[in-house]
This record gives sequence, structure tokens and C-alpha cells, in this order.
Amino acid sequence: MSNTSPTAAPGRLARWLDSDVWHSFITSPMAMLAAVIAVLCVVVSVFAPWVSPHNPFDLATLNLSDARLPPAWMEGGDRRFLLGTDDQGRDLLSALFYGARLSLAVGLASVLLSVVVGVGLGLLSGFIGGKVDAFIMRVCDVMLSFPSILVALLINGVGRAMFPNAQDSLALGVLVLAIALTGWVQYARTVRGSTLVERNKEYVQAARVIGVAPLRIMFRHVLPNVLGPVLVLATIQVAAAILTEATLSFLGVGVPPTSPSLGTLIRVGNDFLFSGEWWITIFPGVMLVLIALSVNLLGDWLRDALNPRLR
Amino acid sequence: MLVFILRRLLQAIVVMLTVAFIAFMLFQYVGDPVTSILGQDATQEQRDELRRDLGLDRSFAVQFTRFVGNAVQGEFGLSLRQGRQVSTLIAERFPATLELAMGAAVVALGFGIPLGVYAALRRGRFGSQLVMTLSLLGVSLPTFLIGILLILVFSVTLGWLPSFGRGDTIQLGAWSTGLLTADGWAHIVLPAITLSVFQLALIMRLVRAEMLEVLRTDYVKFARARGLSNRAVYFGHALKNTLVPVITITGLQLGSLIAFAIITETVFQWPGMGFLFIQAVQFADIPVMAAYLCLIALIFVIVNLVVDLLYFLVDPRLRIEKSAAGH
Repeated sequence: MSNTSPTAAPGRLARWLDSDVWHSFITSPMAMLAAVIAVLCVVVSVFAPWVSPHNPFDLATLNLSDARLPPAWMEGGDRRFLLGTDDQGRDLLSALFYGARLSLAVGLASVLLSVVVGVGLGLLSGFIGGKVDAFIMRVCDVMLSFPSILVALLINGVGRAMFPNAQDSLALGVLVLAIALTGWVQYARTVRGSTLVERNKEYVQAARVIGVAPLRIMFRHVLPNVLGPVLVLATIQVAAAILTEATLSFLGVGVPPTSPSLGTLIRVGNDFLFSGEWWITIFPGVMLVLIALSVNLLGDWLRDALNPRLR
Repeated sequence: MLVFILRRLLQAIVVMLTVAFIAFMLFQYVGDPVTSILGQDATQEQRDELRRDLGLDRSFAVQFTRFVGNAVQGEFGLSLRQGRQVSTLIAERFPATLELAMGAAVVALGFGIPLGVYAALRRGRFGSQLVMTLSLLGVSLPTFLIGILLILVFSVTLGWLPSFGRGDTIQLGAWSTGLLTADGWAHIVLPAITLSVFQLALIMRLVRAEMLEVLRTDYVKFARARGLSNRAVYFGHALKNTLVPVITITGLQLGSLIAFAIITETVFQWPGMGFLFIQAVQFADIPVMAAYLCLIALIFVIVNLVVDLLYFLVDPRLRIEKSAAGH
């Protein structure tokens, strides 16, 4: 990766600034723009309690007479509420920040879970082979033959049937699980493919000859070498997971309305579309698209940047 | 060819059995049917008696066989929420979903193929770049947002088109259709467009990529050298050869259309199967969920089979190779 001479012994930062990945980043305006938007979205989500002008969940500060106010620049708007308010008088801008926080959290958690499951099963499948491999791959085939949204809905429905009186936190857990269980297949297939290649390389054979335990070979030697494509896939999957979460919440089977995510906000706003209060729907929608689009663009760029064939 | 079809059929049966097994497990382990029928207050004797009557004391294999037998006849029991036969409920809703999916497929193909050809032939010009950018947006926008935007523009602001329901329908035997009334047509426009956007963008990008590929081949150059008109080269020679992958994708996406109709149907309150399914998920109505699952799986399997068979009709090369390999 690095072009510096071995005598220089540069620090980590210097090496990173000199790498191909960084170079391809600063020469791609699209990637930079996407990164700026994505970082902005992450910052406002993480620091939502501090950057929000109001606390949308503090019932004491809510006033129903503030409900459904238009954005500040429109007639009848209030300067306190830049993007207007929703049906309960919550400041929409603050609700957006908190909603994005929840959407990102659910997206990241489910991707993390599906990476763990997918990479684990993929490694097993590729490394052990035989019946285990055949079984895991058949499961993948069946899962892939259905659209992910349907699988997520089904798992979510089963979760609801099993815990009919679930608390909000449990509902959130079921939601993360439902999204994660639709995503692992892609990691499993990718990792299995690369594992099959790595398994026959000399370093693995060498490790076997010295008598390293198979589990240790799998995790210490093979795993680091198959993670590259997983990184790219995971980036794109974050966007997909956020959109799935939004869709489920919009359909009314996702995040409970007490702590609205972007999808829940859109669902609520949808009821007020006909009375002309478009902002309750449109602003969360724009935020959602901004997040998904910027993450997708970053993923596309990362795929090209890490692909040795395109260099 | 026969061997090929038989193998595909076998695969299809395995998938169907797997799905039936999942549906059966839902019935078996999610919620207790005895409790949901008798209620909480029943005595132990009543429970045991009902258990015997329903055959729930039999072995797993016997119960699964019976479940599959019933499922094949379209028998999934009563909806827990509405107390009606699940098969009747689904039969009522099926026409609405199928009409919506077909409408969306027509829109996607009708606009996707010409736009894809246009983007390929006018490559690098402003118009084609605009089309490509729009298609990227079409792939990134979530379906429900597209629906909401269309409602906002065409129903709320302009007031041109209705935004919910199917409008007037006409009953043709068991099939209720909205396609024979002007009102029905007005109602299907927005949902069909919403459902088609993703597929349209997909088909368009696919046709463009395939066209660019085919236009580079020797036989297209030769066709030009023979002095054929652009029109004959583009549409007679090039487009025809791009259609094999387009048929595959469109066919495979037909199943997705029916599944994604869940979202569109919720946005537009379209009285189809997807709307039924969403309500079933919200109220944990297992029989309806299981039936929907099996039906969707069946549609997917049939669509995949038909697409495989269509290959043979469209591409004569496949016919020769496969039949040669089969003997």
C-alpha cells in the first residue's frame, strides 16, 4: 500500500495519508461530498441531545398549541421551530436528529449482528466443507429466493406472536434481529468463497503442519484475509438496513411510536398529508434519503478503491 | 431438456416443502391453537379432548403430512383475527394484488426498455446522463417515499388522481376487476407507478448495459457493413439479443413485485394480499401469515420455472446445447 522508502519509518498517520485509498478519496469529489454528508448525519445523531434546539421527549416543554406549525420561513411559522412541528407540538428538527440517531443505531446493530453470524457461518462452511457446507448453502439459497423485506416482516411477525406483551426494548431487539437475519446470507456466501481460496494456500498448510488447532487457523489466519470484501458489503448493507428499518417502521411493525425513528415520523406525517402539512413527512424523508444515498455512494467508492483490479 | 426440466421441478418441490415446514413450525410453536380456540378458562379435560380432535397428540410426521395435505388443497384454517376461512380471505384479495403487479410490470417494461435503448444509443449526451442519474435516484428512494411524493403532487396539490382504494370494481365470477371502469383505471395509476419505479430503473440500467455490450460485437458491425439502416441494426439485431437477461430479470422480479406490493398497498390502502399480510403481522395472525408465505413461495417457484422454460424459446443456442447435453 505504502510508497515510502523503508528507511523513513513513517508514523501511522503519514502512512495513511500516503496510501492509495486516501489518494483515491481526495481525488473523488463524489466520495468526499458523500463522506461530508454521512459524517454530518452521524454527528447530529450521536450528539442529538446536545445539538437539538429542543428535547422532543420532554413532555413538560411540549405545548399542543404549537402542534403542526409550518417551517419558520413559511407564513404562520414560528422562529423557535426551524422546520416546523409535528402533531404533538414536537420540534421537527430535534425529532429528526433523535430519529436519525435511532435509525442509525438499529442499522448499525443489525449489520454488526449479521456480519458476525454471516462471517462465522461462511468461515465454517468454507473451512469444513462437506455436509455442513451443503446445508448452510441450501439455507442461503432458500433465503435468497425471497425478498429481504418479506423475510424481515415474517421474523418480526413471529417475534410479535411469541412475545405479545413485549416491552419497547424487546420490540427493538426483535426488529434488529429481523433485519440482521435477512442480511447474513450475503456475508456467508462472500466469506465462504474467499475461504475456499485461502484454505489451500501455503500459509494455512504451514500452520496445519506445525499443529495449530483448526479453530485457531480459522480465526487467526484465515479470517483476517477474507475480511476485505466484508467491509465493502457491510458499508452498503448499513444503508440497506436503515431503509429496511424505515420501511418496517412505516408499515407500523418497526420502532414503537413512543421513540420515533425516521420511518415512524414519515408514517405519522402521512396522516397529515391531506391537510397540507407536508413538512412532517417530507423532512424525515429527505433526511432518510440523504443518509442512504451518501452511505451507498461511499460504499461504491470503497469497492472501487479496494479493488486491486481497478487500480 | 427433459432432464433439465425434471431437475428444476425437483428443486421447486424441495423449496416448497421447506417453506411448508417453516409455515408448519409457525403453527406448531408460535401461540397455542388450543388456547386461541378455547380461551384461557377451559378445563384440562376440554383441552385434551380438543387436542385429540385436532390431531395434535399425533406424531410430528403425521401432523406435518396432514398440514401439507391441507395446504395443497388451499386449506389453512380460520383467521385468528377475522374468524373467516383464510382461503376465502386470500381469494378475495388476490385479484387486486395481481392487477397491481401486472400494471407495474407493464409500466416498468414499457418505459424501461425504450429508456434503456435511448441511454445506450445516446451515450454521453445530456439526455442519457439525465436518465441515468434519475435511475440512480429511483434505485435509492424507498418505495413508500415515492408513493407519498406521488400522492402529495398528484392527489393533494394537483388533485388529478385518487390516492386510496381500488375505485369501482366489477365482479367477473370470482374475480373482481377494476380494469373495466374508468374509475378503476384512475385508481391504479399512482400505485402502479409507485410499485414500478424500482423495477423500471433496474430494467433500464440492464437494457443499457446489454445494448452497449451487443453494439460492440462483430455481427452488429457486419450488419452495418451490409448497409442495413440504423433502425434495422438497433431494433432488429441488437435489441433482440439483449432480451434474454431482460426476460430473466423481469420474470424473477415479478415475484418481488407481488412481495413489494405490501408497501405500495399500505401507502395507497389498496385492498390486496399485502395489506392483509401487514395486518396479520401487526395482530400476530399466524394462519394468514402462513398461508401468505406458502402462496408467495408458490408464485416464486412457478415464476422461476416459467423463466427457465422461456429461455429455450428465446435463445435457440441454449436449446441445442442443453438438448445435446441431455442425451
